[in-house]
Amino acid sequence: MLLHRVIPVLLLKNNGLVKTTRFKDPKYVGDPINAIKIFNDKEVDELLVLDILASKYQNEPNFELIEQIAGECFMPLAYGGGVTTFEQAKRLFSLGIEKVCLQTSAIENPSLITKLAEYYGSQSIVVSVDIKKNWLGKYELYHSSKSKIVVLNWKEFLKKIIEAGAGEIVLNAVDKDGTLSGPDLELIKMASALSKVPLVAIGGVSSLLDIKAAIGAGASAVAAGAYFIYHGPHRAVLITYPKRHELQSLFN
Amino acid sequence: MNTITIIDYGIGNLNSVANMIRYVGGKCIISSDLDTIVKAEKLLLPGVGAFDMGMSKLTSSGIKDLLNDLVIQRGIPILGICLGMQLMTQKSAEGELEGLGWIEAEVKKFTFNGEMNLKIPHMGWNNVEVSKDNLLIKEGEHKEHRFYFVHSYFVDAKNTTDIMCLTRYGHDFCSAFSHQNIFGVQFHPEKSHKYGMSLMKKFIQI
Repeated sequence: MLLHRVIPVLLLKNNGLVKTTRFKDPKYVGDPINAIKIFNDKEVDELLVLDILASKYQNEPNFELIEQIAGECFMPLAYGGGVTTFEQAKRLFSLGIEKVCLQTSAIENPSLITKLAEYYGSQSIVVSVDIKKNWLGKYELYHSSKSKIVVLNWKEFLKKIIEAGAGEIVLNAVDKDGTLSGPDLELIKMASALSKVPLVAIGGVSSLLDIKAAIGAGASAVAAGAYFIYHGPHRAVLITYPKRHELQSLFN
Repeated sequence: MNTITIIDYGIGNLNSVANMIRYVGGKCIISSDLDTIVKAEKLLLPGVGAFDMGMSKLTSSGIKDLLNDLVIQRGIPILGICLGMQLMTQKSAEGELEGLGWIEAEVKKFTFNGEMNLKIPHMGWNNVEVSKDNLLIKEGEHKEHRFYFVHSYFVDAKNTTDIMCLTRYGHDFCSAFSHQNIFGVQFHPEKSHKYGMSLMKKFIQI
């Protein structure tokens, strides 16, 4: 049977792998190629690789590194970071990326979603919707590369990008990032009610039960960073992934 | 060992396939050139995208006529992946154009009622059940056979003898077929860990 996907998220900074907390304080956790090899051995469902600096510094994707990553990756691979043009996305697909993930471009130039979806099909186009609570505790759309809240109703934005052709939504709870404090179930419920395309929930996952709870709240798949990278109270770097039978019994 | 010619007709993620063939010890080239494809010892037809786009690119490039000659007249083994598999059938609900027509089958759209709570596309890892002895997937080689799928349309094969594997999503559908030298898989072996590697190795050895 089709199980819900459980997806490790790997953050790139320059040529290294890092992990952030609430989208800040990137800590070096290792070499990306080495991590990919470990995730291959663990037969992970899918990988999401995000370059956290590319859009911020208006850099192109690091094609050389991405080619190396894709060459080692025998599971579906999504890449996000610094993709602003059709040509860049085309090059990523030709290197062996299955899905391109847009965030900054989805806010600034949503027509790119449509152009890519028409050519490559919606299933290849993922949009990351990053949500942060404001000082009143209200959910707002967050512009990650500028580190600020965007004056746009996030629900309207979600509907707009799905209409534009996004085939999958990555719902990123910024305040939960790296905290291992459990997913934002309320946010997942609201977003999944509005999304007819698969929704991948990220942020806060710290256990198998968290994964189950996020799926129960309406997510089609769950992604996590810290949960798969850190081990124990002192956050030692140790790459882990649930065993097949654990996931089977979790969803059955 | 034969070199696999991966057909580049303008759509699809060709490098993923090439990466895996090389990783498991095979040889391959990627080509859109008729003079190169005509010399192929073994063929691979990948593809992601819409049925009509795929057929019109195969036709306008002249690859369609060449493939008919290589596959039907000369019996060169060919593996179609995802859209590549669907193009081998007679027609698709996704488009107007005729398919290659090598396999008696048509491509239908998944339709589910709301109660089933199944999303389209069928995206993720699913099991395949081997329904006949075949050259690509050996029953019992792994504890289970799991592959990565992403598709909204499925193949409905008319002859059960062509069906190599079945997969359940709402209902059973033909997730792989084989007919003489023609093989098609709906899933992506190039993205399916050791399960895909076994399949690709066997195709290399045919």
